[in-house]
Amino acid sequence: MADEILTQIDEKVKKNKVMLYMKGTPDFPQCGFSAHTVEILKSYGVPFASEDVLADPTVREGIKRYSNWPTIPQIYIDGKFVGGCDILHELHERGELEPILNAAFGK
Amino acid sequence: MMITPEEIKETLAKVLPASLIETQDLTGGGDHWQVIIVSPAFEGRGLLEQQRMVNDALKEAMNSERIHALTMKLYTPAQWEKLGS
Repeated sequence: MADEILTQIDEKVKKNKVMLYMKGTPDFPQCGFSAHTVEILKSYGVPFASEDVLADPTVREGIKRYSNWPTIPQIYIDGKFVGGCDILHELHERGELEPILNAAFGK
Repeated sequence: MMITPEEIKETLAKVLPASLIETQDLTGGGDHWQVIIVSPAFEGRGLLEQQRMVNDALKEAMNSERIHALTMKLYTPAQWEKLGS
């Protein structure tokens, strides 16, 4: 028996080149870590989809199981789990995020 | 019960050989923490894998929300030395 919420998450992660699970929305983030993540993604000017985990407790729990990662935000690029705020920040600082995004968007 | 810096350090040290573990209470509320860890166990592992090791070590405290947010700065001994600290 497939777990419905995991299937739902999997579809979104695969459908969107960049998928962000966050607290709040990109315009109104409800947590500093989510806000910082949005800021980094916006600085690259790439489109990204997001879902507010505060709006749905099943998503909030489901996403942690999906990635086996205990915290939110969570960033997925090209269907792959990249990490949370710290990792995105670190990749950004090291200049390693741009090539990952370029590869995802076929640039 | 609130988690203490000592408890975080002890829990980490039990599973992670580390030459340095530093904790900082980011908000003063006792549940938003930053940890700096220097460990040879991070050698040859990606960022995701390194953080998974720390998450795993602190699993209980994270699941029970005693740690609500954790910012990690993780270094191998060589990376740490390069920082000039």
